[in-house]
Formats: sequence, structure tokens, C-alpha cells
Amino acid sequence: MPAVQETIDKVKAIDVDQYKYGFVTDIESDRGAKGLSEETVRFLSAKKNEPEWMTEWRLDALRRFRQMEEPTWARVSYPKIDLDDLYYWASPKSVEGPKSLDEVDPELLATYEKLGIPLREQEILAGVEPKNRVAVDAVFDSVSVVTTFKEELKKAGVIFCSISEALREYPDLVKKYLGSVVPVTDNYYATLNSAVFSDGSFVYVPEGVRCPMELSTYFRINEQNTGQFERTLIIAEKGAYVSYLEGCTAPQRDENQLHAAVVELVALDDAEIKYSTVQNWFPGDKNGKGGIYNFVTKRGDCRGKNSKISWTQVETGSAITWKYPSCILRGENSRGEFYSIAVSNGYQQVDSGTKMIHLGKNSSSRIISKGISAGKSQNTYRGLVSAHRKASNARNFTQCDSLLIGQDCGAHTVPYIESKNASAQFEHEATTSKISDDQMFYCLQRGLSEEEAVALIVNGFVKDVIQQLPMEFAVEAQKLISISLEGSVG
Amino acid sequence: MLEIKNLHARIAEDETEILRGIDLTINAGEVHAIMGPNGSGKSTLSYILAGKDDYEVTEGEILFNGENLLEMEPDERAAAGLFLAFQYPIEIPGVATMEFLKTAMNAQRKARGEDTLSIPDFMKRVKEAAGHLNVSMDMLKRPLNVGFSGGEKKRAEILQMSLLEPKLCVLDETDSGLDIDALRIVSEGVNKLRGPDRAMVVITHYQRLLDHIVPDVVHVLSKGRIVKTGDKDLALELEKNGYADYIDTAA
Repeated sequence: MPAVQETIDKVKAIDVDQYKYGFVTDIESDRGAKGLSEETVRFLSAKKNEPEWMTEWRLDALRRFRQMEEPTWARVSYPKIDLDDLYYWASPKSVEGPKSLDEVDPELLATYEKLGIPLREQEILAGVEPKNRVAVDAVFDSVSVVTTFKEELKKAGVIFCSISEALREYPDLVKKYLGSVVPVTDNYYATLNSAVFSDGSFVYVPEGVRCPMELSTYFRINEQNTGQFERTLIIAEKGAYVSYLEGCTAPQRDENQLHAAVVELVALDDAEIKYSTVQNWFPGDKNGKGGIYNFVTKRGDCRGKNSKISWTQVETGSAITWKYPSCILRGENSRGEFYSIAVSNGYQQVDSGTKMIHLGKNSSSRIISKGISAGKSQNTYRGLVSAHRKASNARNFTQCDSLLIGQDCGAHTVPYIESKNASAQFEHEATTSKISDDQMFYCLQRGLSEEEAVALIVNGFVKDVIQQLPMEFAVEAQKLISISLEGSVG
Repeated sequence: MLEIKNLHARIAEDETEILRGIDLTINAGEVHAIMGPNGSGKSTLSYILAGKDDYEVTEGEILFNGENLLEMEPDERAAAGLFLAFQYPIEIPGVATMEFLKTAMNAQRKARGEDTLSIPDFMKRVKEAAGHLNVSMDMLKRPLNVGFSGGEKKRAEILQMSLLEPKLCVLDETDSGLDIDALRIVSEGVNKLRGPDRAMVVITHYQRLLDHIVPDVVHVLSKGRIVKTGDKDLALELEKNGYADYIDTAA
């Protein structure tokens, strides 16, 4: 199997516990707004030339945030984050508002090239169009540095730009939907994000339009001591379809960095949004030093009839992951899906899962979660499936599988199921297994090396989730998983 | 091809001695049957040949084509041409049988410094070998050994054996769990692999497998020692009289 072979070659090519994306881009940067205060919020809002109502919205969020307490229910532990010691704004000096590709600092283009994200609108050679084109929004620290294929998407009626630009260019659309899925006071981190969010993507697909290419946003944290507060909003009008992919990396630093994101999806009648994440933030070194604290609120609202939202995530990075991409299944016959692979190694702590809130009749959902723990990591699946009174014939199928590698890691499954409608049918299956010595010996006896055997067994374990990823990313994700597990056996 | 000299071994965990001085020489082209009652050390011998961690060799040595087998890792032994057909083949969920075959074949080729197989070449080999063993395309797409019947598991083992083209085949109770028809198919698969350059060790309780795979030499193992060696008639005698005589001899 070529993917396994490639994985092995990649793994061999790098040193133990070397995070591939750990380099720092040496670029002059504007950094400001230290400490969480009204002044910081105003500074951010002014930097972005936001309309007045947005500034007020942020300030309101900040006031509410002051009343809130940090949640402690997740199975993660970390020292208290000093929000007043953080910078809330960092931007490469060369960036002043969105630019076209040829105006972008070559240093930044080189950074993305190095990350494997080519920021170009591929040359069309002799009239042959490349097959799998992906439009990219590149977010570097607090700002979006460029968005590709904007013009071409516009021709199809699709708006794809940074949220900062959307606030200036399409304020009515943003105002209508922002905070409509994740309310300002939804939770501690979401409220914080509402006050100080920096940049993220905005996607609007009009009625009946099938977005002509994959959209993706690539988040990079470069600056030290800077929080990244991503905000993304995706709207699919009636009968629209869009597939979106999010990727993230950060340099290898000794201190922890905070990424607190809010992502909102809205799907109207017959619309479909497919949202995939390949999360590869710096996970900390082998002694558990450094790494990203990833506190994320992601929620999709299946607002219309027959709408569908599907979350697929491959989580390999971050020192701490606190993340529950959810679906509110409001529309009749709406469908929510959650496919997840969470890999933890070293001292990583993962508390992740989903919520499927069934409100509409005949709504259905499916959850497939695969947790893989190695090293001294702890990996928790936490999920809620609920059916409200009107959700007749709601259906859910949940499958949570955990795979343990080694003796010192832990896997935990915490499912919550609530049903207020007698016709709802919820099924839950959970398994925990270990890569057994017998499986290893069997593979070795057939000539596989230890690394090949682990890669093969793990790839088999995550297969049904990998199949949900857009083709181009499936192989990438497989490699990433094996690299994350490198050195976990033997 | 294989020389076992005064081999003593025990279970690593509780130090129970299982093998108490085995001497055995197997030449290329020969098929040796090893028979013996439960607990005589037959399976242990096969695991030690393949390099399973759970056992400790306390004395003696094993040479495989002149090389010190005990110093090799399990995957190195496989690449050098040692194959163990498991009594209880292990399930690998999510990994299609076909994919496993390709990974294993290419891993061994790579270890020997050969090129990996092209897809058409690989497919041709699999189709041919699968045909002989009555292994369907559908079965090749299913995850290896997951939900396989007893017969399917054993056929999958022999399929791997024929594709990996080992020099020494160790078959550990390949007849267990097989009905008459499956036994015939598996035996024919094994017999096809007999050749002047290949040796086989067939471990079994029962004579009936040896009706199909006729051995050149039969050994009786009891309490960790080879207590009797003969030709194929020895198996017939055992079938008639049981192991009682030899157990006493060993004691």
C-alpha cells in the first residue's frame, strides 16, 4: 500500500519528536494590544476598520466575559492562562489590508510554500486546467494575508474572503448571521473570542450554487505570546453546496500559546456544508513543554429542511484540545455528521467530541469517533446526543472506538444521551482496544517492520473516517497520523 | 537448511521450561512432521523459530542457512525466508486482505533489496495463487481474518505462504478447525509449494493431515524432547497406538 510506504519513509526521514512545522518565520511584525481590556478591543476594531456596531458587539462580549468563569468539567489540566499577559494583535508589517497575490511579501509566500500550501492561482498550462484546485485564505497570526481565486469564485456568486474584509464589504450579511449559531455568551472561550477575534474566513454560497472548488483556510501562529482568535462564518443558502477545509500549524516554542476559535455554519433548505479540519498545532515537546492550547467552539445550524452539515476532523496537534464540533438539527429531515480521528502522543491532552441536538422531525445524525492514544497522553471522547419534544423519529448512530498504544496512556468515553421524544432512536457503540502483541508479531512474521506494522494497524483502525476526507487530504492525513505516533512502539 | 542444536527454552514470564534439548536437522526439499501430545512443546518450537518475544532460549542454537537465527528480529527472519502459518491467525481490522498481502510482499522485497512489485504484476500473482486456493475476490477485499471462517483463515494463511515464497514453511496445526473439503484444498495448496529448494515443518496432532501432505520424516515430541524419529509409517503407528509409549519413554 503506497500510503503506508510513504508514511514510513516520511517517518524515517525525520528525527524522533521533531515537529515538522516548528520553524519560525523571521518577519517584521506589528504587535499590539497587550492585555485584555476595553482599550484592546477598541484597538483591534479600529485596526480592522470595523463598523461601529461591531465595536459595540465586541465590547458587549467583553463585559459579559468579565462575569464568566473558566469551565473545569473537561478532562484536561493546565496552569491558569494569564489573559493580561497576552498580545491580541500581531500582524506582519507588510500587510495592510487584503492584497492581490503579487503584492504579498515573498517571505510570507515562502513560509506557506514551506508548509506545503502553495499560494498561487495555478498557472493554466496550454489550456489544460489543473484538476483539483483549492482556493486558500491564509491567516498569519491575527490577519489574513491573502485569499486566492477570489475573483473566479465571485463569478459563480460565491463570496470567499477574510472575515475582516467581509465586515467592511458585506456588513449586512455578517450582521445577520454572526453570533446566530454560537451566541456571544455561549461559553467562556466563545465569549472571549467574540470580544477579541482577529481573523478567519467568511464564505457565502448563494441559492442553488454548488461551489466550484474546495475552499480552505490555513491558520499559522508565528509570533510569540500571541493569542490567535479565529472567527469563521460559512453560510449556504437554499440548495447550495460547499466543501471547506481548515489547516493549522505553529512554530515550536517553549511557552504555551492560546488558540480560541469560533466557527459558525448555517445551512438553509436543501443546503450542504462539508467542513474538514486537519489540526496540526505544535503539540509540545517530548517532555510536555510548550504546545498550543486549543479551545474551540464549532457549531453548525441545519436551519432548513433537508439540510446537511458534516464535520470531519483529524486532530494530531495541540498540547490541549477542547473542541466539540456540533450540529443543531433544526430543519425537518436535516442531517448531521461527525467523523473524527484524534491522535494523542507525548503529554497531549485531548477532550473532544460532538453534540447532536435534534429539534426537527426525522432529523438524523451519525457520529464516528476514533481516538488513538500513545505515550503518556490522555484522550477523551465527550459527546451529547439529544432529542427535543418535537423531534419525532430522530435517529442517531454513534460509534466510539479507542485504540491504546503502550502502557502509560488513557482513553475515556463520556457519552450523554437525552431523549424527550419516545419515537427517537439512538444507538451507541463503544470499543477500546490495544494494538496487541499478537497483531504486532503476526505482522512482523510476515516481514513488516515495527513502524510498518503500527502504520498498517492504525490506518486500518481509522479507515472509515479517512474515507470522509476530500481525496487530496486523505493521504496527507494518513501520513500525519503515523508521524504523530512515531516512536510510540518498541 | 535448518539446524537446531540442543535447544532449551522457557516461557519468559514464569520461567516454565518447555523445550529440553531439541536436536533437529532439516535439509532443503524435505518435509518433516512433528507430532506429539498437547503440551509437548510443538507450538513453542514454532514460535521460537519465528521469534516471538514470550519465550527465552536458555541453551543451544539454531542455524538457518548457516546464519544464527536467534540473533535475527522476527521481520528479518521473514525476509530471510521463514514463514509461520499460524494455528490461530490474527485479525487485522480495517486492513483489506489484498492490502496486507501487498504490504507484506513489498516489505520483504525491500528488506532483500529488491524492487517493489508493480500493481499489474502483484494482481497477476494474487489472482493465480487465490484461484488455486479457492479464495474469492470478495474475500480478498475483506479485512484480514476478520469474520473469516476457520477454513477461510487457513486458506488465507496458505495464500500468504504461496505469495511470499518462503524457503522454510512452518505449519502450526494447520488442520485444526478444518472440515474434509477445506483440508483437501489447504493440503493441495501446501503440496504445490513442495520443491527441491524448500523445506517444511508440519506440526500436527493427527495423522489425517499427513495422508494429504506426506512427510519424509516424522518426529515425536514429548515433554520438550524429540523421543522418536522415523518415516511416514511412524505416524500411522501413532494413530493406532497413541502417544502413551513415548510419554513413558520421556519420563
